[in-house]
Amino acid sequence: MVQFSLPKNSKIRTGKTWPKPEGKNVRKFQIYRWNPDDGENPRVDTYFLDMDQCGPMVLDALIKIKNEIDPTLTFRRSCREGICGSCAMNIDGINTLACIYGLDEIKGDVRIYPLPHMAVIKDLIPDLTHFYAQHASIMPWLETKTNRPAKEWRQSIEDRKKLDGLYECVMCASCSTSCPSYWWNSDRYLGPAALLHAYRWIIDSRDEATGERLDALEDPFKLYRCHTIMNCAKTCPKGLNPAKAIAEIKKMMVERVV
Amino acid sequence: MRYITPRKRAEGRGAAHHGTEHHWSMTVSAVGLAFLVPVWLYVFGRALGQSREAVVQTFGSPFPAILTALLLVVGMRHFAMGATTMIEDYARGTARKMLIIFVISLAWVIAATGLFALARMAL
Repeated sequence: MVQFSLPKNSKIRTGKTWPKPEGKNVRKFQIYRWNPDDGENPRVDTYFLDMDQCGPMVLDALIKIKNEIDPTLTFRRSCREGICGSCAMNIDGINTLACIYGLDEIKGDVRIYPLPHMAVIKDLIPDLTHFYAQHASIMPWLETKTNRPAKEWRQSIEDRKKLDGLYECVMCASCSTSCPSYWWNSDRYLGPAALLHAYRWIIDSRDEATGERLDALEDPFKLYRCHTIMNCAKTCPKGLNPAKAIAEIKKMMVERVV
Repeated sequence: MRYITPRKRAEGRGAAHHGTEHHWSMTVSAVGLAFLVPVWLYVFGRALGQSREAVVQTFGSPFPAILTALLLVVGMRHFAMGATTMIEDYARGTARKMLIIFVISLAWVIAATGLFALARMAL
């Protein structure tokens, strides 16, 4: 059966409270910590930052904590402008990218956890191995059968426009890890991110494997576990709508048989 | 621990190549029920509180009888398919299979009982 409570070794305990700095504009950060090497349960550490000395984004605060307070705090980050998708985490209850989520958007204390319902490697780093493998399974590349044209495959402006709202996905996993269907059945359900990418290639006018792609998705779990809950569209930090892409795939499936 | 690659784990046993007919059937029965349920509630509401003879006469006449029969068949089919999806969401292994068998049987029993009662009133 589905697990509705955390296993014993995942129960979160109260962690260390770090010293509060001087200053009028001090803000409290509660951050999930877990180290696989110490055998302890996860904990939530409390940090304080003087916001007059901190950048405007959540990632700025995390980097400041790591640089100036606690160098053991572990998280992924790279581009700091919402392109790489590395710093996806659960901030104030929302899966989003720390680099483009403003601290001014959060009321009260800042609570930061790793992406939900994923195995944690350390602190704020989830294990995305299965998520990436699912992405690879939808064949995220242009599949052609004819040899010509040997050089550039052209696309009309109208057909190119169909890829807008799809190609921008940065595979941050915010959507998939916000989806209850993915929480309960991620072993078989591909999840919103992989399905959005699948649709991106299905709808590409240059791709010649549309039928095979639809065949590979026609499954009660791989595709039809989506119940249009819409958490994916609500949480996507890039403003994309994976639920719509999934609905379009379902529509194409129905058009094949009706 | 199994030494299998993440890709093999993600692929699983491949696609079952069905599911669309289930999705389409649910859509069709949902549209059908959107019409059937309000009309049936109106008929049922008018019969509510009347004497036994009047109720038997209402549901014995062709339109309410056919409407009720359709509601039972379409409704129970929709229920069985929807409940199956819900069970697939939350239950695993043998429990999943047993619960699916139970809800499908329950739907058939409810539909059969309703149709029998209807036949007794109509015939």
